Amino acid sequence: MTIKTWLDVASVDAERRGLVAVKPLLEALARATATLRTADWNFDATGEFDGPALAAGTDAD
Amino acid sequence: MPTEPRTITSLATLLSTGDVSVAAVVDRCLDVIAKRDPAINAFITVMADEARQAARDADAEIAAGRYRGPLHGIPISIKDLFDVRGTSTTAASRVRQNHRADADAPTIERLRAAGAIIVGKTNLHEFALGTTNEESAFGPVHHPLDPNRSPGGSSGGSAASVLADMAYASLGTDTGGSIRIPSAVCGLVGLKPAFRDITTRGCVPLSSSLDHVGPICRSVADARLLYEALCDAPPAIDTPREGNPPVEGLRLGVMREYFTALLDPQVGSAFESACSRLSDAGAILEDVTIAHAGDIGPVYLHIALSEAAAFHAKALESRGEDYTPTVRQRLEMGRYILAEDYVRALRGRDVLRHEVNAAIEGRDALLLPTVPVPATRLGATTMRVGTNEESVRNITLRLTQLFNITGHPAITIPCGQTVEGLPIGAQLVGPRTNTRALLDVAEALEPYLGPGVSR
Repeated sequence: MTIKTWLDVASVDAERRGLVAVKPLLEALARATATLRTADWNFDATGEFDGPALAAGTDAD
Repeated sequence: MPTEPRTITSLATLLSTGDVSVAAVVDRCLDVIAKRDPAINAFITVMADEARQAARDADAEIAAGRYRGPLHGIPISIKDLFDVRGTSTTAASRVRQNHRADADAPTIERLRAAGAIIVGKTNLHEFALGTTNEESAFGPVHHPLDPNRSPGGSSGGSAASVLADMAYASLGTDTGGSIRIPSAVCGLVGLKPAFRDITTRGCVPLSSSLDHVGPICRSVADARLLYEALCDAPPAIDTPREGNPPVEGLRLGVMREYFTALLDPQVGSAFESACSRLSDAGAILEDVTIAHAGDIGPVYLHIALSEAAAFHAKALESRGEDYTPTVRQRLEMGRYILAEDYVRALRGRDVLRHEVNAAIEGRDALLLPTVPVPATRLGATTMRVGTNEESVRNITLRLTQLFNITGHPAITIPCGQTVEGLPIGAQLVGPRTNTRALLDVAEALEPYLGPGVSR
């Protein structure tokens, strides 16, 4: 689901539930989600754009 | 007549020898609560009768030669998220108005076993979801130094109770900064240990993979005492503590760029002065950066709000109107976070943990300011920092939430104050699984970081 679609659906649902005050928070959340989704460390199943490598074992501890 | 002791370690010396009675100390704290708390509003429940009885019992034990140790007879307040038998755990919410704890949380059991005296349950930002302690079913807490300001949050009542001499320490929680933020803006020491060092059982959760339990007090030595009494893993018997490392030669990574880009000028100045004092004392300071620092806020938001929403979903459906409006709105927002974005945030957590590990590699600790601004004004939702208008929530969480994400232990120590007398804190961060090493470094550096307000 794209962020725009998600925001549209979530906003309509919040209004339906009488939570109009949540709508500006959803817009702020959408911006944060966009940052998350475009981060260069996201997994990529093609293997072409793998993000920062972690230590062997992938347990970051 | 000696100066009134303000730390646990100094009071403990007097209590252990009988020079001062526990009853007198507890009575004094309860008197201060009676006189000052109507204006500060630090407490939700004051346990005066129980505290006085516990004080009499403690005096009898000490007189009979059964001194339990440095926490014996010390008045302590408890953030009202922890179960204390016979009292309500309100979480500062009408949602929990019918709750009553049948048993102590394990952390409370440990404090009682050490002989600590519980004077009451402190006010907090409702369900710990906030940094100002303004949203509470019991009203806001007022900063003891300026009633028009917040003492920080969410453990605001805890910090205010210690600063106002109502207790010698308080037990708080920290999910994004809720021990360290109020400790810093109140001029106190606040410790967020490494993740899972201290059990969260018997404590109302906010976000189970970010929640930490820790003390708010007046010195690193006091924080150590409380940590050792509370933590799940006592030190190995055959490895006695060697004492604090010398300051000369200590290697500190000063976190820059994102971590110093947005600071109130007085906070920035106090922090740089603290760095200079540490350098002059022989510590070796090197600048470090976190490559993905810009992702901290989104990673934190998606983990914290998802987990909080899951805990609150049922109550939001049945008792939504019993939440304070802002807390309810944020929890409802969390219910819309998609599972795939929560999982993305967990990946981001791994990346940030790796980067903090790399920054601390070969160093004794990381160093940064604790809160970019001094205590905020009650009622403010935004504030100007430099040329930017920032949300109070985002700016107060900015420098603390990373270490909830990664689980590294972090402690705030007073390092100065503004011209108006508002405290400023510096934050030290230790190796991921070694809170004791952090405490050693913190205790060594504490005299050089600054007097703060509490001394």
